[in-house]
Order: sequence, then structure tokens, then C-alpha cells
Amino acid sequence: MKGDIRKTADERGDERVGEALRLDGNAAAGLLSEIFVPDLTAAPVTCAYCGAIRALGALLVYAHGMGPVIRCPECGAVVLRVARIRNQLWLDPTGTRLVVMPEAAAPSGHQTHK
Amino acid sequence: MSSDTLVTREPRGSSVPSRAPKIAWRLATVVDVVTETPRARTLVLDVPDWPGHRAGQHVDVRLTADDGYQAQRSFSIASAPEDVRIALTVQRLDDGEVSPHLTDVLRAGDRLELRGPIGGYFAWEAALGGPLLLVAGGSGIVPLMAMLRHRATALVAASMQARHGVPARLLYSARRWDDVFYRRELARLAEDDEALEVALTLTHEVPSGWTGFRRLIDRMMLAEIAWPPGERPQVFVCGPTPLVEAVAAALVELGHDPALVKTERFGPTGGSA
Repeated sequence: MKGDIRKTADERGDERVGEALRLDGNAAAGLLSEIFVPDLTAAPVTCAYCGAIRALGALLVYAHGMGPVIRCPECGAVVLRVARIRNQLWLDPTGTRLVVMPEAAAPSGHQTHK
Repeated sequence: MSSDTLVTREPRGSSVPSRAPKIAWRLATVVDVVTETPRARTLVLDVPDWPGHRAGQHVDVRLTADDGYQAQRSFSIASAPEDVRIALTVQRLDDGEVSPHLTDVLRAGDRLELRGPIGGYFAWEAALGGPLLLVAGGSGIVPLMAMLRHRATALVAASMQARHGVPARLLYSARRWDDVFYRRELARLAEDDEALEVALTLTHEVPSGWTGFRRLIDRMMLAEIAWPPGERPQVFVCGPTPLVEAVAAALVELGHDPALVKTERFGPTGGSA
């Protein structure tokens, strides 16, 4: 692999996880897959602050250096934080009241709510 | 939304039972590189033990420098779940760490580390029915193209009645004609299928004789292209963050159910659309 891939400018467009960008819950799904086996993006998450229930994929992701900060689209509160610190993954679920995980969810996340 | 008459092929891996494997990094091999626009290439990849994906999902790509430094980015899958190989269409960003390597350096036979498929929220399959409204800005067309390719494949054997049960409309914003991805394929898909409509808007420069839209996507354009909210179309919006947020807000103002409007933000750009 070439040794010249490192650049300091923030990346944009199709390179979706850049610096301090507002993205969707989907953008955090790869990192969350290092912690949870089922795909969380379609799982309804209840915000501990306002009680809004949204699929994780519909939450807002702010991509920061150490990891995504996931906020409620209704009240803006931090619902979930994931950070990579040294060789550890830190998960702060303070803002999450409830996550409802579909049974038998494959990593590709085939699930329907009817 | 009667979709029971549709012939759909189950995406490989979607019936995996509860002991689902963890998403792992895999070493993919580039089998082909296709030029889509002056700034975008499609990488056709052979991925060992690929578990299958759903249209709309993405992968994470990881590059490792000689000194161990790693850079990782997400790229949407352009290919249909029915394809044996995975296609990623990557737009080159001049100041990017990852995309110039993917668009300029990689050649057939090269290897690439990726993990996926990721994200079951922004995903559609023919069995979910329609109408299907797709709104793309710039390279945001990529996951929506996977949906259109999947739709075309899944409906190919379906009766005309079933096909009309899943009508689809694409509204695609690009800066100029040369920046439009998959031009020929989109034209062919629309030509072959009465139930598919493709509308382009070119925001910076139009070719002579252009009769299509020539402005940023706005509420009036959406009102013209989208079905009435009462038809309850499933909406997927993908592109730069400002475009996605403007489109989603306008659709909700027009009366569409926010729960049916799914978004995938690619982050702000210098204005790819």
C-alpha cells in the first residue's frame, strides 16, 4: 500500500465520515458493528431526554475525531457516543432509554416493523 | 402495496438465523475499473465469502500506509444484490485521503480491505413495494442506483401488473451533464420500463438543447416529480448534507410522512450537485 494516503484536509462528498459533519445513524453502523453483532440501524431507539423513538439510522451523527456522537433529531440531546480511545472502544449510552433489537437480525439487517 | 406477485430473488445471506456472523474485514480483489465520469470510477470487486447485501447498504474501506497509519471511509454499494460481484462507484475528492487512491491508483488485480454490508435502515427491496421515490444529489446516486438495478432485476420476470405495482421515479441533481453517473444505463432502464421515470436537473451548466430542469432541487420540483403524499411513496434521499436536508424538509412540508422519508447524508461538499 502506498505510504502517501495521509492528508490533513477534511474529506467530503462520498467519503462520508469526515470531521464534524452531520450525517445519519447509518454512518456509525460500521463502528457499532465492532460492538454489536446485529445491525442496529433499523432498531428503534428511545431518547432518554425527550422520549422520541426513532430508528438509529434516522438519528443524527456528528463525526468527530475520536468517534461519532449520535444525537436525537427531535431534541438534539446526545443519545449515544462511541469513541476509540487507545486500543479500546468506549460506548456511552447515557442518552438512550431503550433499544429494541429485532430478533434474528443478520448483520445485513433484514427486518421489518409492521 | 401488493408485492406478493413479484418475483424477487432473496438476497444471499438475508435469511441468516440468529447466530449472525460479526461483520469482518475482508480482502477484496479489484476485477475491473470502469470510468463513469471524469472524476468517478466504479471498482468492480470480488469479495471472498461475501454474505450478500441489500440495495442501499454501504461498506467501509480501509487503507493502510507503510507505517501502519490507517484511513477508513464509507462507500455505497452500486451493484444489485443479485450481482455476484460488488461494485463501488467512487468520486475523486482532490483533498481526500482515500478516494484518490481508489480512483487513480487501484488497478485490476489489486487488493482492498473492506467490511460490510453495513446499515439495514437505508435499504429497499422489491418485496417492500412502492411507489418508490429516489432523490439523488451528485454521487448520492450510487445507493439509489443499486435500488434501481435491483428493482429491474427483480421485476424482469414479473407481470406488467406487478411491475406497475412498484412504480419508481428518480430525481437526480448533478452539476453538469458530464458529471451524471450511469447515463446510458439510466436511459436504457427508463426506456425499457414504463413504470420508471428519470428526471435530471443540471445546476451549473446544461448542454445545448437541454429541456430538463436547470436549478437546485426545490419544493416546486419535488411537487412536480413526487407522488401525492396520499400515495405514500417510500422515499430515499441521498447526497450532500445540505441537499438531503433541504429535500427532506420540503417533502415533509408537502405532506409526506417523515417516517417514509429515509436519508443518507454524504456530508457537505464543495457542491457536487
